Amino acid sequence: MEAFLHQLFAGIATGGIYASIALALVMIYQSTHHINFAQGELAMFSTYLAWTCVEAGLPWWAAFVLTVVASFVAGAVIERVVMRPVQHAPVLSVVIVFIALLVILNSLAGWIWTYTIKTFPSPFVMPRALENPWLSAHEAGSIGVTLAVLVALWAFFRFTRLGLAMRAAAQNPVSSRLAGIRVGQMLMLGWGLAAAIGAVAGMLIAPVVYLDPNMMAGVMLYAFAAALLGGIDNPVGAVLGGFIVGVVENLAGAYLVGTELKLTVALALIIGVLVFRPTGLLGRRTVVRV
Amino acid sequence: MNRFIRSTLVAVTALVATGAVAAGKYSPGASDTEIRVGQTMPYSGPASAYAAIGKAQAAYFQMINEQGGVNGRKITFLSLDDGYSPPKAVEQTRKLVEQDEVLLLFNSLGTANNTATQKYLNAKKVPQLFVATGASKFGDPKNFPWTMGWQPNYVAEARVFAQWVLKTRPDAKIAVISQNDDFGKDYLRGIKEVLGDKAAKMIVLETTYEVTDPTVDSQVVQAKSSGADVLMNIATPKFAAQIIRKAADIGWKPVQLMTDVSASVGAVLTPAGLDKAKDLISASYLKDPTDARFKDDPAMKAYYAFLKKYMPGADPKDSFNAYGYNSAANLIHVLKTCGDDLTRENVMKVASTMKDVELPLLMPGIKVNTSPTDYYPIAEVVLIRFDGQQWQPFGDVMSGR
Amino acid sequence: MTPALRVGGVVLAVAIAAALPFFLTDYRTFQFTQALIYAIVLLGLNLLTGYSGQISLGHGAFYAVGAYTAAILMDQAGWPYWATLPVAGAVCFGFGFLFGLPALRLHGHYLAFATFALAVATPQILKYKGIEHWTGGVQGIVTLKPDAPFGLPLSQDRWLYLFTLAIAVALFVVAWNLVRGRVGRALVALRDHPIAAEAMGVDAAFFKTTVFGISAMYAGIAGALGGIAVQFVSPDAFTTLLSISFVVGIVVGGIATISGALWGALFIQFVPNVADQISKAAPWAIYGAVLLVFIYAMPGGVAWMLRRVAGSLRRA
Repeated sequence: MEAFLHQLFAGIATGGIYASIALALVMIYQSTHHINFAQGELAMFSTYLAWTCVEAGLPWWAAFVLTVVASFVAGAVIERVVMRPVQHAPVLSVVIVFIALLVILNSLAGWIWTYTIKTFPSPFVMPRALENPWLSAHEAGSIGVTLAVLVALWAFFRFTRLGLAMRAAAQNPVSSRLAGIRVGQMLMLGWGLAAAIGAVAGMLIAPVVYLDPNMMAGVMLYAFAAALLGGIDNPVGAVLGGFIVGVVENLAGAYLVGTELKLTVALALIIGVLVFRPTGLLGRRTVVRV
Repeated sequence: MNRFIRSTLVAVTALVATGAVAAGKYSPGASDTEIRVGQTMPYSGPASAYAAIGKAQAAYFQMINEQGGVNGRKITFLSLDDGYSPPKAVEQTRKLVEQDEVLLLFNSLGTANNTATQKYLNAKKVPQLFVATGASKFGDPKNFPWTMGWQPNYVAEARVFAQWVLKTRPDAKIAVISQNDDFGKDYLRGIKEVLGDKAAKMIVLETTYEVTDPTVDSQVVQAKSSGADVLMNIATPKFAAQIIRKAADIGWKPVQLMTDVSASVGAVLTPAGLDKAKDLISASYLKDPTDARFKDDPAMKAYYAFLKKYMPGADPKDSFNAYGYNSAANLIHVLKTCGDDLTRENVMKVASTMKDVELPLLMPGIKVNTSPTDYYPIAEVVLIRFDGQQWQPFGDVMSGR
Repeated sequence: MTPALRVGGVVLAVAIAAALPFFLTDYRTFQFTQALIYAIVLLGLNLLTGYSGQISLGHGAFYAVGAYTAAILMDQAGWPYWATLPVAGAVCFGFGFLFGLPALRLHGHYLAFATFALAVATPQILKYKGIEHWTGGVQGIVTLKPDAPFGLPLSQDRWLYLFTLAIAVALFVVAWNLVRGRVGRALVALRDHPIAAEAMGVDAAFFKTTVFGISAMYAGIAGALGGIAVQFVSPDAFTTLLSISFVVGIVVGGIATISGALWGALFIQFVPNVADQISKAAPWAIYGAVLLVFIYAMPGGVAWMLRRVAGSLRRA
């Protein structure tokens, strides 16, 4: 039983990792209707910025704020400079631009900071009263932050005019423009916010998996799985998807199929669910007008 | 001028030139002024961390050239990107042999990539020297006389570990966490060979992880709940660090043995947490550059001077730099010994008759030895224990031959 | 262009391609063999993505199955290399067809993810100990390189190039006829106006799964040729990067074009080498930059740009 609980909590902790980056994917999807394959590398790059700040002697939270702001600006600039030229290109051309971004960022990070793994400190300290063998301070803290980002994001899309405008711009750019929404600005804003959320995720993930240019390679696949499983247009679904993927993968590996096939089985399960619920667990069904 | 006439002219001029100096016997890739050395490395892709080795070697050869080269000949080092993909490695290796005409292939990285090129290089009779992998299959002079390993092979090191466990804890319950590839499989084989009939009883858990796994927390939890009191940590640096940290975090303190691949204080134990790594056991054949005991060692001083001059900004804690430095030094030793007979046959002859060769950063007591029937240049390791600050060797030099 | 002129042009191109290895070294010939092999995969992938509108980020998996089928038949059953190709194609057709069934329910990003998952899982499945007896597990399988038959005075590389060229030409002709004929029209109709097409009586499920199978078959045959040319198959050769570079290939070459497969294949075969020549420190950064330049300059791919250039020349 104790072993089972350990596995369960380990799964919840990794699930939190997937959830945090899945939120960034939902953000970019809500504002552009694309899935950004380079989201992980952007987050990795942001985390290196934070690491550089911390190494330079900045307090953790100062580095955190600075990185989030810088990532927001960088995201908006990337949209304007790199993505805008392919705004009207076919979907696959956009995918290729994402792939180009991914390899460029990965390679640059390796060049600048080398491939040796680095430690990225965690800001969380567990109060004595809550110490337990199941969940470390960092794991608990990052789940908390992820949930906070989730609430903020949900409220943003649900209650603010800006959130509504952004969704409209993504869904139907032509009508939105007619309704007076500045679609270009919405896209930049969406990219900026996604990059900022990604930066938060990166800084939560790095203390667990260590900081290196390839830190996101394994995480991204599960984050995609989480976002799609939960529903790519629903932040609540994405976070739920993250926890489900984390827990199922851990338990399957430990008790059902062994580690050699756990990745394969987890993926097959997810695809199986998607076949029966093609828009994810909490995704909205879209009705196509003919 | 057509190509034929031009190449004939070049050949004639070359003949005249060599006639004038009158010296060496050469295979393609060697001349009176130059020795061409080829290599493939993952400069791009998921394994690019290892490319630090190729960069260190390039810097080392630059140093040798500035010091006058090898018997007056400059080393031209052609290290190409294979992206850690076997088909690309085959393509680049063929480029090196057929187009760039290198004398030999040196320290190309990766088990799969070297397996992919092994047959080709042996058919072409091009030395595939000191491959950068510890897979035990690269020491088979009967079937592949042109292929030679370098570092202690994984099976040999695993044997040393298993012998130590048998001697000190005959009733141990062992959990093994290994990378799901040839590195993990070779290790497991070595352990089981030594344990023999007892393996089934002593090994209470075998679990693996993939290089694409974000974390190995689940495996560590699994290992703890198996009731094991000895943990074999057979992982590459990032995952080795994760295993050490997670075991400490869940309050598990088994006797933990870790491979020399990850025995770097700077790149593994510091990220894992020095206090969490205390009492860890590993094996080593290279001196750790961060070890205070070697601070005044002349070879170590020379190494630091080399880094400062030829690789400014390089991290001395990165064990790949030390690896590249030493393997390159070994190649230079071979080429120097060849003298003016730089044929591929002679290169293999010299490489397969190394006797007690000393390299700058080898642990005291370990030397390079080969024979025409033994293609494992380094086969000794020293067991080391981490005291919370640095590695402390204990016991004698142990051979896995 | 008149049909006669066009056929003449194609024949000329094939003749030049066949003469090529006699002007090149064995190593260069080997590189062009690789490019031809990639062209076959890209052609199959383009049938699926370009004409049928189904994205696949997992064609490396079918390529791997083809390569392993050939290697296992040669290694364990002693088959000659040429006899393994039909089997590799058939096996992959089966896999592709089966994978096409769940794919019917998945669209856009969901299909992209499902196929990507296939690519991710492939190395792990190939290493699985249950099938290690056949696949050689992590060690892979080493095979022999074929000699030219009938005592022809050709080096192994030249022979394999010509052999690959013959198969590529045959598969190009098949693909060309496919997209020109009833099947092609049905696929394009399903891609652009699915509901209207179904109302017209096009069996969407049948066509879509079949084209998935055919596309996988192309990848499988190419994989078999790739395994033979490299003389080695191992799990490390079939990572997600391979699948992704196939997608890069069809986009750079030109979506929904036949000739685009060639341009795309040349890109994914040679640009990484150029990147390596330029920078050892960050070769991927160079590769990514070149990729961006291609997409910006030719958003529809090389093939569409050539058509535009040809069109304006004709008008001029």
